[in-house]
This record gives sequence, structure tokens and C-alpha cells, in this order.
Amino acid sequence: MSNWLRRHRGLVPYLFLVPGGLWLILFFVVPLITTASVALQEGSLGTGYRLTFNFGIFAESIARWDTQLLRSLQFGLIVTVLAMLIGYPMAYTIAFRGGRYKSILLLLVIMPFFTSFIIRTISWKFILADQGFVLGTLKDLGILEPGFRLLATPVAVISGITYNFLPFVVLPLYVALERIDPRLIEAATDLYASRLQAFLRVTLPLSIPGVFAASLLSFIPAVGDYLNAELLGSRNETMIGNVIQRLYLVNNDYPQAAALSLILMLGIVVSVFIYRRMLHGQELTV
Amino acid sequence: MARLVLPAYTGLVVAYLFLPIAVMAVFGFNDLQGRFNFTWQGFTLEHWANLFNTYPALNQSLINSLTVAVIATLVATTFGTLIGLALTRYEFRGRAPLNLLIFLPIATPEIVLGASLLALFISAGVSRDLTTITIAHIMFNISFVVVTVRARIAGFDRALEEAAMDLGADEWTTFRKVTFPLIFPGVLAAALLAFALSIDDFVITQFTAGQTVTFPLWVYGASRIGVPPQVNVMGTLIFLIALVGIGLWLLLQRRQASLSAIPSEP
Repeated sequence: MSNWLRRHRGLVPYLFLVPGGLWLILFFVVPLITTASVALQEGSLGTGYRLTFNFGIFAESIARWDTQLLRSLQFGLIVTVLAMLIGYPMAYTIAFRGGRYKSILLLLVIMPFFTSFIIRTISWKFILADQGFVLGTLKDLGILEPGFRLLATPVAVISGITYNFLPFVVLPLYVALERIDPRLIEAATDLYASRLQAFLRVTLPLSIPGVFAASLLSFIPAVGDYLNAELLGSRNETMIGNVIQRLYLVNNDYPQAAALSLILMLGIVVSVFIYRRMLHGQELTV
Repeated sequence: MARLVLPAYTGLVVAYLFLPIAVMAVFGFNDLQGRFNFTWQGFTLEHWANLFNTYPALNQSLINSLTVAVIATLVATTFGTLIGLALTRYEFRGRAPLNLLIFLPIATPEIVLGASLLALFISAGVSRDLTTITIAHIMFNISFVVVTVRARIAGFDRALEEAAMDLGADEWTTFRKVTFPLIFPGVLAAALLAFALSIDDFVITQFTAGQTVTFPLWVYGASRIGVPPQVNVMGTLIFLIALVGIGLWLLLQRRQASLSAIPSEP
């Protein structure tokens, strides 16, 4: 065995790749191809499905669910911008002012992941409840109108998603900011740049790879999310994920559901490439 | 004054991140009357005492989650580490498509991953149970393991391996005595990440579970009729166990750092 490997050294990396690579092909690539073929079939659970190459289903799905598609895109963009606005100053503080508390602070950022995503979302439902301890107290004090509510509004859904994906934004931003040599910023201030100018012309441009990674890590899961819309929203906040989930798991309308998941995936891939263009060809590695 | 703005802000964001967790922990002690654990009704330790003997289905769901997480972590960490080693230590053709194959599952929304697997399982006539959940979890974890392990291996000195070989160690001994100990912290970090992602996964699990119920699925089902405080207690316990795990990992890292700081023979 050992001799055989020595004679065929070139094969070693491929042997390392086989198990994981095969797994990804079988359970990631093949399912996507199956999804494409399911989308192009017609029929029902009762009568069976036949492949009819019904390409019209894509236009049909977009027309039928355009509100939810647009809303998901819109929520995804708002969440990404919000998470960036909240997360950037924090990542900046940890990277440049963290000192010996850096690793503790980073740990604090990822610690929410140690509680279940779903429990945290249910907690928010409870915190934002109409008569919960926050809104209820503010209403009793007369600060808010009695009819004021957050649950079942876009505000609740957007804040829920922002909360969930905030750590995904802070970490890559931190990594990018941490790599910046502080002497570059000192040089800028020595050359009479104000603190703001130094930030805008040195720190910010150098952190763009982090901004790119961070926005992908929040935009992609945000657009596909359906749990926040379901737990914190109402029928008016339904996102495309809710539609896909219902079509697959409740209505058993597989072709329509498959078509919508492909549209979602393609939409995201296209946005990622446009965005990458805008940021002058960032590397596609996380 | 101005110097305090950023630290104070960071503290606020941390508080925001922990608010729902604190609420979860506190309401595990709520002495509630009725089904809805929404208002504070008094302190009790009852739910901690009766953690495992109130809802048998909840216990089973926790066992299911742990089973899936352990198997998925072991398999995904092994497969992912092998890919990470191949990517950083060998030259071979087909790097670009491989990188794409690793990157795409991370860049695909979970719902598409889950829905596509469901489409595959339905088309192939495979019934959904613990096995299909585990298959799915291994799939989405491989990429995360590769990324984590690769970051660790990229920073290590190949000369150490060459030195071992020069001193007469064969490839397997070199791997066992030099390579593996060096990349071990990265592998452990990847395994922790995989375990956390797996035990918490809701979306992909919902699509691949069939009638099987994992912990997040049980909580989701219960949330429609009122989440029992036992869920809060379990959430708190899982959080504490994870804390201990992280603490041990930090200790291990510190020990490694102090070991490598020992001065060599003069």
C-alpha cells in the first residue's frame, strides 16, 4: 500500500478528496439537478408526474409570487444594511480597541449561537408582544398609544432577521479590519488627514473584502429565511421561503416549489455576481 | 469622553445579542399557571427538577438531535479535514471546480438545500427519518469544516514535516506525530462549529425529517400551543454545556501556547 502510494504520489490528493467531494456531489449537486427536473414536470401526487419540459413554469411562478419575491429581496437588502451599520462599529472597536479583551469580545459575539435559533426567535416574539414587559410597560406609562404594536409588522420581522445574522456580519468584518496595519492610519493622520478622512480613505477601502463577505453572509440567509416571518410576522410579511415551505410540505405542489427554489437560488447567484462586480471583483471565498 | 463612545456602543450591542437568551433563562424559573409562559408569575425550581419526566417526546427529540449531531460532526469533520489537507498541501488539477463545490453550499440559502434534498428523496422514493437528516447535516457541514481547517493549515510551517522525514520518520509517522498535532486545534474548532450548526439546525431538518422530530422541530411545534418552560431549561443547559466546551478549548489553546513557549535547549 505504502509503496503503491509512493509510486503514484499524484493520486494522494484525489484520495483525500473522494469521500467529501462525492458526498457533496451526491447530496448537493444531484439534488439541484433533481429540483430542475421536478420543476419541469407536470402532474400531481395522485396521478403521478411526467417530464414535459414545462419551461413556462418559471415565468408563471414569478408572476404568481412576485410580491413575496420582491419583499424577500427588499427585506434581505434592509437587513444587510442594518446589520452592517450595527456590526461595523462593533467589529472596528474589537479590532482596534479590543486589546487583551479581543478573544473574549469575539466569544461574546458568537455565544448567541449556543442557544437554539428557534428559541431565540420565540424569545423575541415574547419580548415584542403587544402586552409584553416592554410594550406593555411603555403603554402603561402612556409613552405609547394603546394600539401600538410591533409583532405582525415588517419592523418585527426585519429586526428578528437582523438579530439572527448580526454575528455573521461582525466576524468577517473583524477579520478584515484586524489585518489592517495601524501604521497606515497613522501615516494618513501624519499627512494631515482628519480622523474621518483617514477612516474613509484608508480603513474603509481596506476593509472592503470583509464588507463583501459580511454582506453575503447576511443577505443570503436573510432572503431565504421563513422562520422570522412565520413567528414574528403576519400574512402581510410572507417571504418567498414561507411560500416554498408551504408548497413543499403542506400543499405537496412539488413542481411549483422546485421552480421557486431555483428562481431564489439563481436570483441570489446573479445578485452576488453583480455585487462582486460593484466591489471590483472580490474573491469568492469565505 | 469621545473615547468611551465605541466601547459603550459595543457593550450595548452585546446586551442586545444576549437579551433573548437572558429572557429564555429567566423564564425557565417561572412558576406559570396555564399554558402560556408569557408573564412572570413567581420563582420556582420545579421545571429544573422535572426536566426529563414531563414530556417524553421532548426527551426523544433531544436524543435524536444529539445522535444526528454526533454522527454528522464525526463524518463531516473527517471528510472536511481530508479536503482541507488536500487543498493546502498538494498540487493537483481541478482546484477551481473544487473550490466552487465547497463555496456553493455555503452560498445557497438553507431552504434551497433542504428543498432540493427533499426533491431528491421523493424522486428516489426514500422515506425520511434520522438517516436522511444525518445525510443532510453531513452535507452542509463539510464546507464549513473545510473553510475552518484550511485557515489553520495555511499558517503552518512545512519545514517541520520535512525535518521529521529527514530524521527518518515515514509519511504516516510524520502525519501522526507532527502534522496532526499541529492542525488539531483547527480540527477541534471545526468539529465544535459543525456540532453547533447541526444541533441547532431547523430549516434543512424540517425538509428532511419526515415524521422524525428533533429538538428545534419539537420547540417549533410546541410554539403554536405554548412553549413549556422545560424548553427554556434545556436551552439554558445546552448554552451552559457549550460554554464549558469553549472554556476547555481555550484552556487547551493556552496550554499549547505555553508548551511552545518553552525555550529550547541552549
